[in-house]
Order: sequence, then C-alpha cells, then structure tokens
Amino acid sequence: MATHAHTDAVHDDHDHKPHGWRRWVFSTNHKDIGTMYLVFACTMFFVGGTMALIIRAELFEPGLQFVDPQFFNSMTAMHALVMIFGAIMPAWVGLANWLIPMQIGAPDMALPRLNNLSFWILPFAFMLLLGTLFVPGGAPAGGWTMYPPLALQAGDSFPMMIFAIHLMGASSILGAINVVVTVMNMRAPGMNLLKMPLFVWTWLITAYLLVAVMPVLAGAVTMLLTDHYFGTSFFAASGGGDPVMFQHIFWFFGHPEVYIMILPAFGVVSEIIPTFSRKPLFGYESMVYATAAIGFLSFIVWAHHMFTVGMPLAGQLFFMLATMLISVPTGVKIFNWCATMTRGSLTFEPPMLFALAFLFLFTIGGFSGLMLAIVPADFQYQDSYFVVAHFHYVLVPGSLFAIVGAVYYWLPKWVGRMYDQKLAKVHFWLSAIFVNVLFFPQHFLGLAGMPRRIPDYATQFADWNMVSSIGAFGFGFSQLLLPYIIIKCVKSGAPAPARAWDSAHGLEWELPSPAPFHSWETPPSAAVIARGAEH
Amino acid sequence: MIRTIQRSGTAFAAVVLALLAAPAHAESGWHLLNMPVGVTELSKKIYGLHMMIFWWCVAIGIVVFGWMIWAIVAFRKSKGAVANTAMVHSTKAEIIWTLIPVAILVAMAVPSARVLIDIEDARNTELTIKVTAYQWKWQYQYLGTDVAYFSTLAHESNSARELQSGIDPATVPNYLLDVDNPLVVPAGVKVRLLVTAQDVIHSWWVPEFGMKKDAIPGLVNEMWFKVDADKTGRYRGQCAELCGRDHGFMPIVVDVMSREDFDAWLTARKAAVKQAAAAPSTSATIS
Amino acid sequence: MSEPREELRRANARLGARLGLMTLGSFAFGFALVPLYDVFCTITGFGNQKALAQASAVVPEVEDDSRTVTVEFVAELPTVGNWVFRPVQGSMQVHPGKLYQADFIAKNLTGHDTVAQAVPSIAPGNVAGYFHKTECFCFTPQKFSKDEERVMPVRFIVDRALPKHLDRITLAYTFYDQSIGTGS
Ligand code: HEM
Ligand SMILES: [Cu+2]
Ligand SMILES: [Cu+2]
Repeated sequence: MATHAHTDAVHDDHDHKPHGWRRWVFSTNHKDIGTMYLVFACTMFFVGGTMALIIRAELFEPGLQFVDPQFFNSMTAMHALVMIFGAIMPAWVGLANWLIPMQIGAPDMALPRLNNLSFWILPFAFMLLLGTLFVPGGAPAGGWTMYPPLALQAGDSFPMMIFAIHLMGASSILGAINVVVTVMNMRAPGMNLLKMPLFVWTWLITAYLLVAVMPVLAGAVTMLLTDHYFGTSFFAASGGGDPVMFQHIFWFFGHPEVYIMILPAFGVVSEIIPTFSRKPLFGYESMVYATAAIGFLSFIVWAHHMFTVGMPLAGQLFFMLATMLISVPTGVKIFNWCATMTRGSLTFEPPMLFALAFLFLFTIGGFSGLMLAIVPADFQYQDSYFVVAHFHYVLVPGSLFAIVGAVYYWLPKWVGRMYDQKLAKVHFWLSAIFVNVLFFPQHFLGLAGMPRRIPDYATQFADWNMVSSIGAFGFGFSQLLLPYIIIKCVKSGAPAPARAWDSAHGLEWELPSPAPFHSWETPPSAAVIARGAEH
Repeated sequence: MIRTIQRSGTAFAAVVLALLAAPAHAESGWHLLNMPVGVTELSKKIYGLHMMIFWWCVAIGIVVFGWMIWAIVAFRKSKGAVANTAMVHSTKAEIIWTLIPVAILVAMAVPSARVLIDIEDARNTELTIKVTAYQWKWQYQYLGTDVAYFSTLAHESNSARELQSGIDPATVPNYLLDVDNPLVVPAGVKVRLLVTAQDVIHSWWVPEFGMKKDAIPGLVNEMWFKVDADKTGRYRGQCAELCGRDHGFMPIVVDVMSREDFDAWLTARKAAVKQAAAAPSTSATIS
Repeated sequence: MSEPREELRRANARLGARLGLMTLGSFAFGFALVPLYDVFCTITGFGNQKALAQASAVVPEVEDDSRTVTVEFVAELPTVGNWVFRPVQGSMQVHPGKLYQADFIAKNLTGHDTVAQAVPSIAPGNVAGYFHKTECFCFTPQKFSKDEERVMPVRFIVDRALPKHLDRITLAYTFYDQSIGTGS
C-alpha cells in the first residue's frame, strides 16, 4: 500500500487490495476469485488430460501394453469427473466472476464471502477425489455415471468419491446462487434484463439449472452411500429397490448438466461473433428465448441416455420426440450466428477463430445428437464409441473451445496487455486439426461395433484407434501453448487499449485495461450503458 | 503463419501415409466406416433409418456449412466488406428457420416410430433363450429344455490379453471376439431372448442383429431377432455396459444354423445333458 | 456505509437465502423421486414392477376364450449352489380374465434355517399393469428350516385389457437368501 491518498474513484483499486498469500486465501474480490477459478480449471484440465492420454496410449494398439483393466476403468471414470467438475464447470464460474460484474455495471459479485467459500471448497473436493488414486482398491472405476450395483463394488475410494461430489456440488450451487443474486440485484440503473449481454443471460439460466439439478445429484449419491453402508436398498433389487431408478435420477441431473456446460458457451460465442463481424448480434431476443427453451427442454429428455434399459413404446416415443425438439432452438441459435456474420465485415483474430470452429464442430455434435435421439438407431449407437464421439464434439470444440475463445477475447481486458496473436493462431490451428483427428474416427469405430469404456479391442478396430490416439497426443501437447501464451502475455505483452478489439461492445470495454480492482464503483451513466448495449 | 500450417499439414499427411503403408494387420480396418446392414429383419430397418437420418444431416449440413463458408469468404474486411449494422432481426427469417426444422423432424420421427412399433411386436416367437450375464461371462439357457451353458472368452484371446503378454493380438484369430461355447440359434426363426444379470448391469449386443439390451439384476428384459433364412454363419458382439474389470473381455458369439442343423444340435445337447444328469435338480441350479 | 448500500446488502442476503431454500427443495425433490418413480411408472405404463410384489384386488371376470396367452415361468438364483429353486411347469397357456395357479419349488441347501425373499419381475415390463396376482410367495419373506423343500403357489389373472400385440408373458423370480449378502 503505497499511499492512502487518492483522487479518483477508478483508481481506488490500490487502496484495499491485500498483498501476498492473504490476497488470495481471504479474497472476496470477483477478479481475484475469477483468476483462481481459471487457474484451478486449467490445472485440472491438464490433470484430466493426462488421464485421457493414458487411456489413449493404452488404446494406441490392440493388446494391453501399459495398464491393468481396473486402472484403465479408473482412468475413464476419473477423467470424466475431473474434466466435468474440475475443468469445464470451474472455468465457467471463473469467467462468470470476471465478467458478470463488469458487464452489468456492478462493483463486484453480490455475495463476496460466499464467493470465497465456493472457490475454496474446490481444492479440498479434488484433493479427496484425486486422493482415491492412492487408496487400497484404487480409484472409482464404475464410470462417471456411477451406476449401481457396479459402483458399489468399490473399496475405500467410494465414500471419498461421494464426499468429493457433495463438495463439488455445494461449490457450484454456491457459485450459481451468487450469479443469480448478482444479476438480479446488482445491475446498474438502466441496465434492464433485455439489455444484458448474452453471456450474462446464458449464465443466469445456467445458474437456475444448477440450483435445480445439482442437489438431485447430491440426493442420488447419498442414496448410493446409504445403500452401501446403512443397509437401505434404494437401488438393490434384493431389498425391493430398483437399479434402473438410479439411472432415471442420475440423468434427471445429467441431461441438464450437459446444458450447464454448453449454455455459457452459447453466450461467449454470441459475444465474439458480433465483435469480429462488426455488426450487432442477429435476433438478440430469439437468442434469449431459445436459451430458455433449451433450459426447459433439458428437464424432459433424460431417458434418452437409457433407451436400452427396456422401456415401453410410449416412453420411448416421448423421449425421442422431446429430444429431437431440442434441436429446434439449437438450430435457431446456429442460424442467428450465421445471420450475424452475413453482411458483416469479418476479421479472424484468435477468439473469432475459436468461435468459428465452435460453430462448425458443435454443429457436427448436434447432428450426431439428432441421430442418437432416433430410438431404433440408438439401440445400435448406445454405449458405443459413436456416443463418445458425440459428446466430445459438443464438449471439446463446443464448451472447451468457447472457454479458450473467451480467454483470448477478454485476456487483454484482464491484464491490460495483448498476447502473441500469431502464436495463438498456431494454437488454434493445431487444436482444430487435432481435435478432428482425435474424435472423428471414433464415429467410425462406434458404428463398426466398438463398445465404449474398454481397455483393449479386436484387431479390426486397430487402424482408426491409432489415428485417434495420434490426434489425442497432438491435441494434448498443443494445449501447452495456452498457459505459455498467457504467461508470456502477463509478463511482457504490449499494452492493450481499453477497447482491445476495435468493434467490441459491452460495458466491460468501457473500463480501462487492465480493469480496475473494483469494477464499477460508480455505476455507469445512461450514455455509457447505451454505447455498451449495442449488442 | 501460413508456412506453419503448411508444415504441420505436410507432417500430418506423412504420418497418415506412413500408417497406411504400415504392415497390414490381421485384417485391415480402414474400410470399417459405417454401421453393418446386419442379417435380421430389424437390423436392416434400423440401418435404413440410420442412413435416412444421416442423409438428412448431410443435407442440412450442406445448407448450414455452405452458409457459414459463404459468410466467411464473402464478408471479409480484408476484401473491403462493410458491415450492415442495421441488420439485427427479422421475424420472418426466424419463423422460417424454426418451422423448417420442425417439418424435417416430423419427417424423421414418423419412420422412426414405425420401426419402433415393429421392434415392440414380439408376437409369434418360436424359441426362447434366457441370457444371464455374470462378471464376466454369459450363460445361455434354452427354456423348456435342460440345455444351459456358459460362454466365456476363448482361451487364446485370454492369454494374449494379459498385460504385456508378449503375444501379438494380430496372430490370434478373432482376438477378443471368440468364445468357448457360442450361442446357437436357427436362421429364419423368430428367437426371443430374456436378458438378465446376476451381479451388475451388462448389455447384450450383436451389431449384425441391430440391437442391444441391458441385462439388469433382478429384472428380466426381452428382445427378439429373426435372422434371414439364408444368413447362416457366425456373428460376433460384446458386452456394451461397463461391468467392471473385465468388461472388455466378455464377447458374444452367435452361431446361426439352418433349422435342421439347429434341431440336430439341440437334440444332441439334450441327450448329453441327460447322460450327465447325475444331480436331479435342473434349471436355475445349473452351474 | 450509506443507506442504499445497506439496503442492497440486505436484499442480496434475502435473495440468496431464497435460492438456498430452492436448493433444499431440489435436494428433497431428489428423494421424492423415489416414490414418484413408482407413480411415474404406473402412469406412463413403464410398468411398475413393484406392484407385482403386492396382492391385487382384481377378481376373476368373464374369461376371454377367444384369446390364448403363453405365460412362462423363470427362476433366478443369485447364490448358485445353496438352493434349489425352479418352476414346476415351465409355461402355461392361459385365457385372459381367468384365475390360474402356478407352482414353484424351493429347497434350502444352505445347511441352516434361513429366510428368503423372492423378487418378481415381468417381461415385457409394461405388462405389470395387466398382470394381477391374488396370492404369491413373494408377498412376504419365506422362512425355510434346514433342508426344507416346499412348493409355493402363485395365483394370477391376466387382464382382459392386455394389449393385443402381446402373446407371451414371462414371470421371473429372483430368490434372495437374506442371510447371504448379495449385491455389493
Ligand atoms: C442437438 C442437441 C443434442 C442432442 C439431440 C443430444 C442427444 C444426445 C443423446 C440422445 C445422448 C445419449 C446417447 C446414448 O447414450 O445412447 C447424448 C449423450 C451425451 N450428450 Fe448429447 N445431445 C445434444 C447436445 C449435447 C450437448 C450440448 C452436450 C454437452 C455440452 C451433450 C453432451 C452429452 C454427453 C456428455 C453425453 C453422454 C453421457 C454419457 O453417457 O456418459 N450433448 N446426447
Ligand atoms: Cu442428454
Ligand atoms: Cu458385461
């Protein structure tokens, strides 16, 4: 703290920023917490990525070369849990922390202490989860879906996993509550709901989904726990329970969960494409309604993950139609983005490249999703590599590319420096090429009959598996460029102007770069809001 | 920048060529790109449905990707494109791109529902086999007879699949897709399977038959298939639901025989059971 | 701190608390899904298999001679070797609307007195709503003394409203010995 004298509210920031480790451990500042979330997510992304590479190394050729099948199963289960709850979701919460207050004209998140708590739960949750790798019996190996009775055949890892999931769930619920309260109560005067940027909108809907379904997951795993240790039989046929019921409850959480991971991505893409098309977003209101429609529909399609458990005709038809219906609002979004680019003036900076790859590759994931919705065909696809290809197309070039695109878009605002765009473009091209080498052949494998979650396979699957593994290593190592580019930017990037992209709109670009410690100490004026709101 | 892309492109092409030129595996798999048409009444309908949806997706893809590429090529700032910032909304366009997808979905849903109804029609089956899944093997039991046996991974595969076994899988015939005792069924007959499990959930899947069904402890599921009369032969599949350590090692092999051969086989099996009948208890106690 | 700030802080806490209550509500809903699941299965015709474990109030009606349905009986033992458990007859031809009886035989080979519980299941699943049992050995736990062998009846009526596209029903029982840990 150099001085207590200050003249200008905007330069207030040096005033009460603690230094050293206290700044982080006791942080109640949305930017510092956002940074911690993002660093945590990035770390977990590399942890989960390492597990993925172990999987792909074993699958490089037929025969078991490196790991025991049980450990292989642990890797698939842990990879999914780490990526979903450790990488993608915390990354979204981190971005929400950084961006929502700046975008709605607020000084900070509404509940700063809760914010601190919701972040600091995460390292403990993941210490528990990753700790299972070292206990007798090994880490959970029953898939991230934890279907009983298999999930109950676990050793000491079982209660640790359940407790870790409770903690992660609590963390994301607290994060979601904070987002809702911030958006509802902290908007600057004049920033009405339909002026909010789409990132805020999509996050608001995501937050409601989180509050609605994370506790259901908590309930489901609690029942697993009591079945295991306290003699209940929610899911044990021998005691009058039903193992299929777990799947219904799990997917009642699980399907909204996949939308929790993708809705904020829709928001990010809706910010990046207009900026680099130099044109407002086409169909802003229909984008908002489409997001709400997707959020609603996500509650009534869960059984499409379990068509093969045996369902009566009426149930199959209902879930097939409801699932197909989701592609309508999703299509509206894709068309609106295309229309935004039409008659624009396009440039291709790294965020735009990632957004465009999102557009192309997410659409491919949407196509395979539509195919999976067709029940008779799903009897073939279900639990094959085709499903693996589908959800990776929506999660990797979908959610992950949107996160990376968001980082490349807002990084100059966060640190006040521009990163090496050339290198970021190299990162982009390597990612975009390898992600397809990695996942596209998995469609072929699944259709040809290769089941998912197997450590070894018949020789006719060897060729495409080898290609996929090469893609995996290419993709994995290319990602090391991301932290390198960020560190280089923080250390030695050229200073960035307040409006880092000439055509960027939104309140965050009205703040200086780097953004002050407290975003909008005094709410933005009506004129500033109007300038920012030209979505 | 461009040079980097070119270089990585060349490198990638080299890798692919090297792979293609690599010594051929026991059987090459490059041509395996699509779902098998299969050999049953239903598998063909399912394949037809799959291809219909696929072509719909290709058609939609041509429109959507075409639009994206056109926008990217035609409206570049570097080519002097100027943004039309007034183009923010068009109710008409938005209604069109809501209604057309709905129409396409209906066009997809109707044939799908039809096939689904066919699948549900389990009338007039002539043979019922109970399939019970265990960690990690299958048991087949011909209902109404005392014929019942286990089917496990074949010995050669089982040795080769050990961690660092030193055996090249390419030298093992039908590596991981071979069993000691295959399921035997007649061609041209509607066969019904009752699928269940004893420990955890498994799933019985033979891609050439078009279907899979989960095997769930405490619950009996039903599925049926009718292999074309002229499609006798051997068909292979695998357990499709994660069931623990050896989930990847419980394959399914089905021998489809002509009706006469099947009858002969079953008669021989029944006789063998009678001979071996030391213990009087049958059915579920067979182990 | 100025008044409006204090006001805002209170409003935030209120909304936060309300969302906290929503969270608790969702958690409770997760558990409510357990009973709701049975309701859901009954309403949607998913087939509420749990209803099979209870006596049905349905009384025999006029039988439908014009229709014959095959009912198959299947016995499952999760603990191979300790028990004999099998149907007396493998299948029966029945007319909807009429009351029938089928028998299962069980013998306790565990070497001690024990209690077993049969858990019923029916295929196809949605038939559960059309299969009425007036009496069944699965309604209550069955006590068996050492080496006891017993014939256990199930009496049932197939509903006349059974969908026309069905001609075969499988009634299966899994026989769980409660003195032997099963499942996990
Ligand atoms: C066009 C929209 C989409 C449709 C119609 C769709 C449809 C489906 C269907 C039917 C399945 C079940 C497949 C099976 O197990 O047989 C599935 C699985 C999955 N989907 Fe999607 N999906 C869509 C978008 C998404 C999005 C946006 C995400 C996430 C970002 C996603 C993530 C997943 C995941 C993670 C699974 C697999 C879960 C598992 O079994 O472990 N999907 N999808
Ligand atoms: Cu889903
Ligand atoms: Cu299995």
